[in-house]
Amino acid sequence: MKKFGLKAWLYLLPAILFLVVFMVYPLIDVVIYSFEEGFTTTSQTATGVGIGNFSTVLRDPYFIQALKNTFVLVAITVPVSTGLALLISLGLSSIKKLREFFQTVYFLPYVTNTLAVGLVFMMLFNKNESSGSVGMINTFIRFFGGPTIDFINGPYWAKMLVLCLYTVWIVLPFKILILTSALASVKKDYYNAAKVDGTSKFRTFTHITLPMISPMLFYLFITGFIGAFKAYSDAVALFGTKLNEAGMNTIVGYVYDKLYGDSGGYPSYASAAALILFFIILTITVINLIVRNKLTYKGGGGRA
Amino acid sequence: MKVTLDGVTKIFPPHSKKESPVTAVSNFNLEIPDGKLVALLGPSGCGKSTLLNIICGLESPTSGSVLFDQNDVTKLPPEKRGVGMVFQNYALYPHMSARKNILFPLGNLKGKAKLTKEEKNRRMLDAARIVQIENLLERKPGNMSGGQQQRVAIARALVKYPGILLLDEPLSNLDARLRLETREEIRRIQKNTGITTVFVTHDQEEAMSISDIIVLMKKGVFQQSGKPQNVYDNPANLFVAKFLGTPAINVFKGKIENAKVFIGDEPVADVPGCENRDVYVGIRPEGLIPDKNGPLTCSFKSIDVLGRDYMIVASHGAAETSVIRAITDSENKIEDNPETVRFSFKKNKFFVFDAKTEERIYLG
Ligand SMILES: Nc1ncnc2c1ncn2[C@@H]1O[C@H](COP(=O)(O)OP(=O)(O)O)[C@@H](O)[C@H]1O
Ligand SMILES: [Mg+2]
Repeated sequence: MKKFGLKAWLYLLPAILFLVVFMVYPLIDVVIYSFEEGFTTTSQTATGVGIGNFSTVLRDPYFIQALKNTFVLVAITVPVSTGLALLISLGLSSIKKLREFFQTVYFLPYVTNTLAVGLVFMMLFNKNESSGSVGMINTFIRFFGGPTIDFINGPYWAKMLVLCLYTVWIVLPFKILILTSALASVKKDYYNAAKVDGTSKFRTFTHITLPMISPMLFYLFITGFIGAFKAYSDAVALFGTKLNEAGMNTIVGYVYDKLYGDSGGYPSYASAAALILFFIILTITVINLIVRNKLTYKGGGGRA
Repeated sequence: MKVTLDGVTKIFPPHSKKESPVTAVSNFNLEIPDGKLVALLGPSGCGKSTLLNIICGLESPTSGSVLFDQNDVTKLPPEKRGVGMVFQNYALYPHMSARKNILFPLGNLKGKAKLTKEEKNRRMLDAARIVQIENLLERKPGNMSGGQQQRVAIARALVKYPGILLLDEPLSNLDARLRLETREEIRRIQKNTGITTVFVTHDQEEAMSISDIIVLMKKGVFQQSGKPQNVYDNPANLFVAKFLGTPAINVFKGKIENAKVFIGDEPVADVPGCENRDVYVGIRPEGLIPDKNGPLTCSFKSIDVLGRDYMIVASHGAAETSVIRAITDSENKIEDNPETVRFSFKKNKFFVFDAKTEERIYLG
């Protein structure tokens, strides 16, 4: 028994070493950095230890902007993308013909490079009158007599709209994939039983389908929240790397800027911001899990 | 409610080009009298579930019609037929307690049929009382035994006062002891409610023991129906004779010559009025009586005591199976470990079937 345990640890050693070097050590380092005051990449020494970095970050208008952007993004894209994915999955599971074809079509964005999708979005929403390359959306608005809008360099709400649309578009395929298989796993007998009892389509959906797929829905909510809080590349793909100036920065973007951006060289500020993000995600996830345990049916069919 | 099936046929179209269409039910005619417990019996895959689904409306027949009393319901969707259905795996909603499961069908009633909360609760409790699960109402299906789940499923089917109760293999998910108990339970519930009940099974003992009428089918085709004992005593063909009874009937290859039936080369009985042809001879285990002067000679293999009765295991070259069995009471003693054992036949336990059509041509 003891020998076997030793062997097991030996097998695990490479993985453990890898984790310690690339995960545990940096994590500890981040915590240390975040409490070292006055440390910069040029000075390389700290002037003291305290929570100064946190208060500086929390008073930084760019951070507040990034925080606000991230929350707006999370609050809009997570419910919208999950709801939309559910609608599309329901549609997909109710058709018979061409179902596989549509499943493939909906899955395509998942295997497409985010930057490429970003480029396409920029072209769609473009309003560059001088170069004459007006995007399809603005051509459309103009066709109906509306004023053209600069979605890429224009008002905040327009930029946020594009960012949200983009994010939803990017995360949709995975959610559709998960939900179509969740829907397919609901046994047909439940629907037959409901049908024999004259259950309406709506009641069947709210009382049978939804509870049955609720574990998967919550999984998507939790991972969706985490993913959206960590958003960064989406904003870069649309608005470039100067996100602070564009007013479209996210928390992860802020962390990057504090490290390597034009305002970079402050690993302490970056670490503090990263820790703040960590605690936000932790809190939201814990809340999610509590709600999930209250609401969802926890599987486990009958036993004979 | 009386149920009439008139020439019901169900052909499933092929799923792909390589497959051919499946005829699950073929020109099925049947009348199910009001208030009876009817067992639909046949081997797996013979179309029992399909037929049940056609009665309840989940499947529509390719041709033929279904009548409830005098009304043609062939085109009616299941919810308009007023049937209660218990599915093979019960299909209880796993996220709802037994109480909510039973209440669920009542929540679908709309307009004039809509019930008050008190009325719903009263009917739910009535149904729970009939199947004796009043003390399990707050449990979810996952925390109930198979037998308990099955009762909840029956209560859920009964709560809307259906005209017909349909059960698809209601006992197949239960262990042996529970199966015995539960089949008596189904019998009791059916007697108490007087509701016309059709239940599907592939277990002949189950069908024989509790039903008023058994209906046998094979590969989608109706074989025979009637009171269990009548069908057992008067099988219309070899399939029915083989399907009913444990141990199974002994079947021998034989022939008829000059109004005598032969098993192998031995003439074993007179069959007046039968033409010469190849036949199968079927003899029930209880129809073989050890008899020193009997016409059928078999090689002795072993003897098992079954309490009051005992079973002789023997073999015969013309038998379809490697062993033949005779069940007899201890009055017909045979000597210890003989080489051979001879049998004579009990009246009404001896059947002759045409080798080609497998129809019964003689009962002796
Ligand atoms: N939806 C279906 N599509 C195609 N074939 C089916 C379908 N349902 C049943 N069958 C076929 O019909 C035959 C009868 O099936 P079923 O009624 O389930 O038999 P049983 O209940 O007696 O075991 C089987 O050969 C089965 O494969
Ligand atoms: Mg079946």
